[in-house]
Amino acid sequence: MKLLQLPHAELRERLRDTGIWLRTGPFSLQIRSRVPSVAEGLAELYGQFEVRHPRETFADFHVEVNAPGALRRWLRPQVDFSFDGQLPFKPLPYGQAYPMLEWGLNWCVSMHAHHYLVIHAAVVEKNGGAAILPAPPGSGKSTLTAGLVLSGWRLLSDELALVDRRSGMIHPLPRPVSLKNASIPLIRAFSPEAFINRPSHDTAKGTVAHMRPPKESVRRQHEPARPAWVIFPRWIAGATTALTPRSPAQTFMFLAQNAFNYSHLGADGFRTGTRLIDEVACYDFAYSRLDEAVRTFDRLADAHAGAD
Amino acid sequence: MRPADDLLVRALRAPEGVATLSLAQWDRLVRQARHAGLLARLHGRLDALGLVDAIPDPARWHFEAATTLAHKQQVAVRWEVGQIRDALATLDGPMVVMKGAAYVIAGLPAARGRLFNDIDILVPRRLLNQAEAALMLAGWHASGLSAYDERYYRRWMHEIPPMRHLRRATVIDVHHAILPDTARDFPDPEKLLGRIVPVAGLPRVYVLSAEDRILHSATHLFHDGELPHGLRDLSDLDLLLRHESAAAGFWPRLVARAGELQLGRPLFYALRYARHFLATPVPAEVWDALRPAAPSPLLLRVMDGMFSRALAPLHASCDDALSPLARQAAYVRAHWLRMPAHLLLPHLFHKAFVSPWQDAESPRAA
Repeated sequence: MKLLQLPHAELRERLRDTGIWLRTGPFSLQIRSRVPSVAEGLAELYGQFEVRHPRETFADFHVEVNAPGALRRWLRPQVDFSFDGQLPFKPLPYGQAYPMLEWGLNWCVSMHAHHYLVIHAAVVEKNGGAAILPAPPGSGKSTLTAGLVLSGWRLLSDELALVDRRSGMIHPLPRPVSLKNASIPLIRAFSPEAFINRPSHDTAKGTVAHMRPPKESVRRQHEPARPAWVIFPRWIAGATTALTPRSPAQTFMFLAQNAFNYSHLGADGFRTGTRLIDEVACYDFAYSRLDEAVRTFDRLADAHAGAD
Repeated sequence: MRPADDLLVRALRAPEGVATLSLAQWDRLVRQARHAGLLARLHGRLDALGLVDAIPDPARWHFEAATTLAHKQQVAVRWEVGQIRDALATLDGPMVVMKGAAYVIAGLPAARGRLFNDIDILVPRRLLNQAEAALMLAGWHASGLSAYDERYYRRWMHEIPPMRHLRRATVIDVHHAILPDTARDFPDPEKLLGRIVPVAGLPRVYVLSAEDRILHSATHLFHDGELPHGLRDLSDLDLLLRHESAAAGFWPRLVARAGELQLGRPLFYALRYARHFLATPVPAEVWDALRPAAPSPLLLRVMDGMFSRALAPLHASCDDALSPLARQAAYVRAHWLRMPAHLLLPHLFHKAFVSPWQDAESPRAA
């Protein structure tokens, strides 16, 4: 059963009570919350995801987003993210409950899923080739990801590249795409099909909103993809679109530094990383216009389809 | 005593039992083991007994990922101990590694599946300033404590405030004793230093003797209020005891040493609750020998009520109505044993009413 088939009243009831069981990529979640904006966010963004009976017996992560103590409810109301009773973060203002859930879920994966090499990067796929987009904040990674998945690319992940340590394949985790500040109106203007939820203001990252993942990406969320490119996007005002090859060795070093668990995996982290680099072409990518950026990526994907 | 029948405790005591668990029980077992820091250790036990195939597919990666992390930490701890040794190369005395890191470098079974938060070392008190200065020079610095906590450590504790490495963020606890000077029982650190053992392959690094290691672990658990890791520490004790008791004359040596160090009471509790939770074998004559150190029957009933709850896995599924009270009582008790009332009461007042306020006002991390 999909989440959108659940009446909203029942969704809220379950969230308050037993929790809602949700499957995202390889992970099953049990989410509980009494906060209305969390129920609203889930209903708007996770409609295509599979839910099961609340008595479902096993979940990888049991999480909760709720207001702490009674006093706080009136004085500067806040919310806590709880991972099975443990609070990894300081509380945030009540209005940021939904983004806190998304950040908390990212934390759950990056802190525990050591059966993957987990790299801080977006991943999109077309014609059987996955493009890994690692980038520091502010480089326009999420904007580009949103633009690509609204133009026929498949969303694997907006934040976490899960590299299978045995097969080298990338496993999808197509949760909502996080958009910040100017990206929000930009993506709204880019595609009328984009659904973006109500923004949360004044977060640590500025104004944040989430874009619903494409239906097709969610339908194929158990289908891994073979890595084909590692591309470092950089949005530069007024820049002409330019894709330039970069050193695989430097790319490897960057990926290792930007993996959440590279050092945890020891020699196997090195093997997984070098194998990935051997399989892909590495590029720097400068852009200022999203439609041109998408066309450049499409040409790569066409060439990839031809090569297969 | 509250029976020790939580899933995790049962799985550690009798691993064969996991073969019959339902998926819902595995869900609880994984959560309890993660909270107790025992996922990797349980995985190791199941692996050694050929029982890993009993782990259902959805639960398997949790165990494997924890084992990956535990392996990495063992390598890292070994390396870090080398770094600390190099930093303390000019120290005019021994550097003794204690607790988890000691189990790793001494190659003990208690190292298996052990996860780490910090590395504990002991240096002679007269060398404390020298050691702290040398570690600071090598990049370890006192981590951000409030002025109150800093004073509390310096004035009353048996260790200096935890030192965190600027680049690697590893944490060292530097001790000059195993209990504070103000504690009701104060085992003389010179006696511990008199029996330290060199570590093969790591020149100038020492660990406590087998008996002292167990007594320290017991003291830490039953006098130090270190209860968030209570069951893990109890499992360490279980593995240490099972390993050392193979040596001839171990039990009489352990009991005699506990007497010398005034640590009969924590040893009594350690053996009692290790047996209760993990079925650690303890010969009858050991109980007889420890009788003088045992608490009165009335006190023992109180302790049983408290520790049979406070040492259970720290997970909501293991709690009964009295668990929060038991943990609170264990915390206060540990402090009570560490300092006299005229010091303790102002301290607990500060922790209960002043610190939370200061924490709430301090700038928050992203």
